[in-house]
Parts: sequence; C-alpha cells; structure tokens
Amino acid sequence: MGNAKLWGLKKSPWVFHVAAASCNNCDIEILDILTPRWDVERFGIVLVGSPRHADALLVTGVLNRKSLPRVISVYEQTPKPCLVIGVGTCTCHTHMFECSYNVVGPYDKYIPVDVYIPGCPPKPEAIILGVVKALKRL
Amino acid sequence: MNIVRILFQYIIFPGFLFTGIVGLFLTWIDRKVTARVHWRVGPPWFQPYADFLKLLLKETIIPEGSSKTLFLLAPLFGVVSMPILAVMLFSMNFNPTSTFVGDLIVIVYLLALPPIGIIIGGSASKNVLAGVGASREMTQYFAYELPFLVAIATIILKAGGSIKFGEIILAQQANGPFLYSISGVIAAVVVLLCIQAKLSFVPFDIPEAEQEIMAGPYIEYSGVTLAMYKLGRAMMLFLLPLFLISLLWGGFADWWAIPKFLLIIVLIVLIKNTNPRLRIDQALKFFWIGIGILSIIGLVLAYYGL
Repeated sequence: MGNAKLWGLKKSPWVFHVAAASCNNCDIEILDILTPRWDVERFGIVLVGSPRHADALLVTGVLNRKSLPRVISVYEQTPKPCLVIGVGTCTCHTHMFECSYNVVGPYDKYIPVDVYIPGCPPKPEAIILGVVKALKRL
Repeated sequence: MNIVRILFQYIIFPGFLFTGIVGLFLTWIDRKVTARVHWRVGPPWFQPYADFLKLLLKETIIPEGSSKTLFLLAPLFGVVSMPILAVMLFSMNFNPTSTFVGDLIVIVYLLALPPIGIIIGGSASKNVLAGVGASREMTQYFAYELPFLVAIATIILKAGGSIKFGEIILAQQANGPFLYSISGVIAAVVVLLCIQAKLSFVPFDIPEAEQEIMAGPYIEYSGVTLAMYKLGRAMMLFLLPLFLISLLWGGFADWWAIPKFLLIIVLIVLIKNTNPRLRIDQALKFFWIGIGILSIIGLVLAYYGL
C-alpha cells in the first residue's frame, strides 16, 4: 500500500502555483517549464487550478504580513501528503528585503518547505531539477 | 446463475472494471494526441492509472458547511450509471435478437445522470465558483439535449419507428448503416457535437473553464471523490463513441469497429485542440439555433427517406 502510494505520488505530482507577492519573474519561469520546450507533462506534472487537487505547492516571493495568512490557508486547504517547493531566492531567506517593516521572514518558520530552488529567477532547468530532488526525498 | 452472470457483466466484463480500464487508457490517448498537436512529447502510457491511484490514496477533504451526504454521493452518479450503459450497449450489439429490452429512452436517461451528478456536486460544495460551474453545466445540458433528442428521433424514424436498440442495429445490418445517407450524416454531426458537449471538451468546456472558474464544479473535490469524477468522465469517453457507432455506423460487433472508434476519438480530440472556448450564451445559441435547425432539417429529410 505504501509503495503504491509513493509510486502514484512520484509519477503524477499535480502542481498548484502560490504566487505570494513575488516580482513575477519566478512566475514567468514557472510558466516556461509548462511550454512545449520543457514539457513537464512528460513526468506527469500538471498545473491545476485548485489547491484541493494539488500534490505540490510552488511558492514564490518573499513572505510578508499580507500574504502570510493566505499562504498558510492555502497550505491547510491542500490534501496531505503534499510537497512545498520554494522557487527563487526570496523563499530561501528574506533576500534584499531584509530590513523592510513588512517582511515576516522565511517560509519554514510557518510551513514545512521540502526543497528550495535558489536563483533570481531560477532557470527552468533548475526548477525541474529541484522538483526531481523533492520527489527523490519522498 | 442468472444473478451471477448479471453481476459479472455489471462489475467485470463490459461493466465497471473493463469500461474503467479502457476509459482511462483513452484519456491517455486524448492527452498524447493533445501533446503531439502542441508539438510536445506528452505523458507516458501509465499516466492516467498513476493519477487515479494517487487520487484514491490521498486525503479527502469535505469543505466546512457543505452538504456532506450529497457532496460525497454526487460523484457516484456517473460511475454507477455508465457500467449499466456499457452492459446494455455490449449485449445489444453482440446479441441484437435477444429479448432483453434495450430501450433508447432508458439510454438517454442514463446519459443524463452524469451531468446531474456534476450539478448536485457543484451545488453541494458551498463554493461560489463551484456554484457558477454547476449553473453553467445546467444551462449547457439544456442547450445540447434538444438537438441530441431530435437527432435520436431521426434515427428512430430511419429505423422504422422502433425505439429498441436491437432492432435499430438489425435494421442497419439489413439495409446498411444509417450514416450513408444525407440525414444520417446530419445526425452524426449533431451527435458528435453533443458528445463533445457531454464530455465538456474544449469548445464546450464552459462549466469547468480552467482560466475563469478554476475547475468549476470539481473545485472542492479532492482524493477519492475527484478520482470518481475522473473515472466517470473516462467511462463516458469510452461509451459515447460506441453509442454513436452503434446508432449510426452499423454496430460494433466486428473488427471494423476499432478503426471507426479510433477515428471518432481522434476527431473529438482534434476538435478539442483547434477551437477556442465559447461563452455560455454563445453555446446556447449555437445548439438551439444553429445545430437545432440542422437537426430538424435532418429529421425532415429522414421523413422523406433521404
């Protein structure tokens, strides 16, 4: 049973894109990996519109006071088991917004993040590599 | 013995298991052809099975404040009604002279059950977007049902007024398929477009328009319940082309049925990939005015024996 569950999760991770107030560069790179050139549907990765259908959350952007409750509520709405993948340097730490009054700090203070993909923005190859590493960790 | 045979037919051979496995495989064909049209590689062949297995073993969330019983029962409408349709289609095609009363009207009602399940599920999930999706599904159902029924009336007229499925197939075996006449071609076009709308494939994917209302009625569904919806859709993708073949193209009891079936599937997928989505009012106008008038012309032509 456990093996079947793991196989299913590894072969069809459906992705929900949580844009938590990023500058949009990471979002554009995420859209890139869905284009015919990189075609992640080869690995069964599909972008879904509702967090209820998702197995992995792609979070982008630096976490601030406005987006924090939204990110936590999206994480709670996602059926478990689910992966959280932080795309971009902003998700690793507070990046260049460290001294801002509005920034509440890195993601893993609030939700468990499985893998970080640094880069501002990361290349599509780097995002695919990060997702592969996240799936290997399962 | 008879009960065992009926249960075997319902659960294993043409019924639940067989229809489900073949239907999921057809969703792979759909995704692969879509990918090739996009100049992509596309998913591997086991992809729909992996999706289905993963959804079965995931957590199922029931949204707070929703109607629990209806929310959990609504996905079963499609999954329960489609195996009955499969048993009727197969037994009527392979044994058209049997005394089993395969009534076309029963089949039309069975085909109405999956949209009803979607409407109930969308309304029960207490989500604004799901409500919008359910109301669009309802409008679309009323839109395509009129030309669909007129096309079926055309077929009944051509079969000499018989509403028994076996007699329609026997009439085609005696005089050649209904498709090879003007009214038959018109009925086939109308039924093909209604199949497109019943499957909610792209020009008519208004109820679940991903870019406007996320997934429409399915938005709150997760885990097993979402898997049941996917399975019901996959079964419909298998059974609706078979329904078209047996009504208009001489039944599927011979090997020629396989190329016919694949042709219809690929045609549906190509229509899906080469058209933009209509608005709900455009779809209503398209079905009631354009396709509705076309189907009535077909009915009149069938009356004069063309």
